[in-house]
Amino acid sequence: MAAEQELTSTQYIGHHLTNRTVSLADGPFWTLNIDTVLTAAMLGVIGFGFLWWVVRGATAGVPNKRQAFVELLFDFVDGQVKGIFHGDRSLVSPLALTVFVWVLLMNAMDFIPVDLAALFTEHVLHQHVWKPVPTSDVNTTFALALSVWGLMLFYNVKVKGIGGWTHELFCTPFGSNILLMPLNFLFNLVEYISKPLSHALRLYGNIYAGEIIFMLLWMWAATGLVGSLFGGVLALGWAIFHILIVGLQAYIFMMLTIVYMSMAHESH
Amino acid sequence: MNLTVTMIAQAITFFVFIFFCKKFVWPPLVKAIESRQKEIADGLAAAERGKQELQQAAKRTEEIMLEARQRATELLTQADKRAAEIVEEAKTVAKNEGERLIAGAKAEINQEVLSAKETLRAQVATLAVAGAEKILRREVDAKTHADLLRAVQAEL
Repeated sequence: MAAEQELTSTQYIGHHLTNRTVSLADGPFWTLNIDTVLTAAMLGVIGFGFLWWVVRGATAGVPNKRQAFVELLFDFVDGQVKGIFHGDRSLVSPLALTVFVWVLLMNAMDFIPVDLAALFTEHVLHQHVWKPVPTSDVNTTFALALSVWGLMLFYNVKVKGIGGWTHELFCTPFGSNILLMPLNFLFNLVEYISKPLSHALRLYGNIYAGEIIFMLLWMWAATGLVGSLFGGVLALGWAIFHILIVGLQAYIFMMLTIVYMSMAHESH
Repeated sequence: MNLTVTMIAQAITFFVFIFFCKKFVWPPLVKAIESRQKEIADGLAAAERGKQELQQAAKRTEEIMLEARQRATELLTQADKRAAEIVEEAKTVAKNEGERLIAGAKAEINQEVLSAKETLRAQVATLAVAGAEKILRREVDAKTHADLLRAVQAEL
């Protein structure tokens, strides 16, 4: 971005972490982060489109390499679900697959150097600000976490019934003594509030922090030859380490999803 | 970082992807995997069955071979016995036949002897009579001494 003279580090980081927004109505709530939504949707379409394309030609006979890869993925997800969730997996397994693939792809956007992505969004899409990593937007992680949370509540009621669930809220984990009921309820309340919070913020925090570290390194890389060299080497190291974080966070997000769904299906 | 309508949009996108995954992506591949698993399981079971059948067939072959061997031995024994019997029978028959022939020959010889004796006797009688006749030509009347002569003839 040669046009911008005298860019301070705050401006640089701020620029890359600002969402491209569209106001749908008055009020701060109605600002839509169009970059987050479009990037996420595009990644989802690519990811699930690929899976759909492979699955449509799936054969029960000898699979080709593409199908074997997808089967490996399915088997991995289904194996994780099978280990935790005991019951009809026809919803939970696809849910876990969706979460894993989508979050992994969104996280993986972190690997594209921000300034390279900006080059594309600036000159091809003609957007001055465009945040390329959807999971570094807290809206995405909360959307996923709260959706899972909503499904969890829905299945709590569906499996245990209103009465059963209420009983569980007041009588676990300490027992059904009348004196312990407020304590039980408080305990469960904290648990139900902390679940989506930790679910969403863990992913958000990891990816956001990863992005900031990349940006700090890129800034160093802009300070001359030595800076470029060390910044580049460190960024490579961080990128390699980040492969682990990207995969691990997607995995953790999927596992928590499965665990929460499994807790909704198991009565105490 | 503030929560906005973006969250709702993302949630909707999420549910669309969940629906798509549950409806179009998950079932076909799982079906393919499961039918392959079934095929493999069937194949293994068939192989196991085939192996068992092969074992049974080998066992049956063994039994049949054993039986055939036993039968052959039995037949050989029977044949030996039969041959011995035939030889024995032939021997008996031959001995009987020989004895019969000998008996026949003996009888014939006796017959011959008897008839020779008869002839001899007749000839001796004739000779004796002729001799006597010559001696007694004149003194013996054949007619008168016929009885005597016949008695002599019979004694010879």
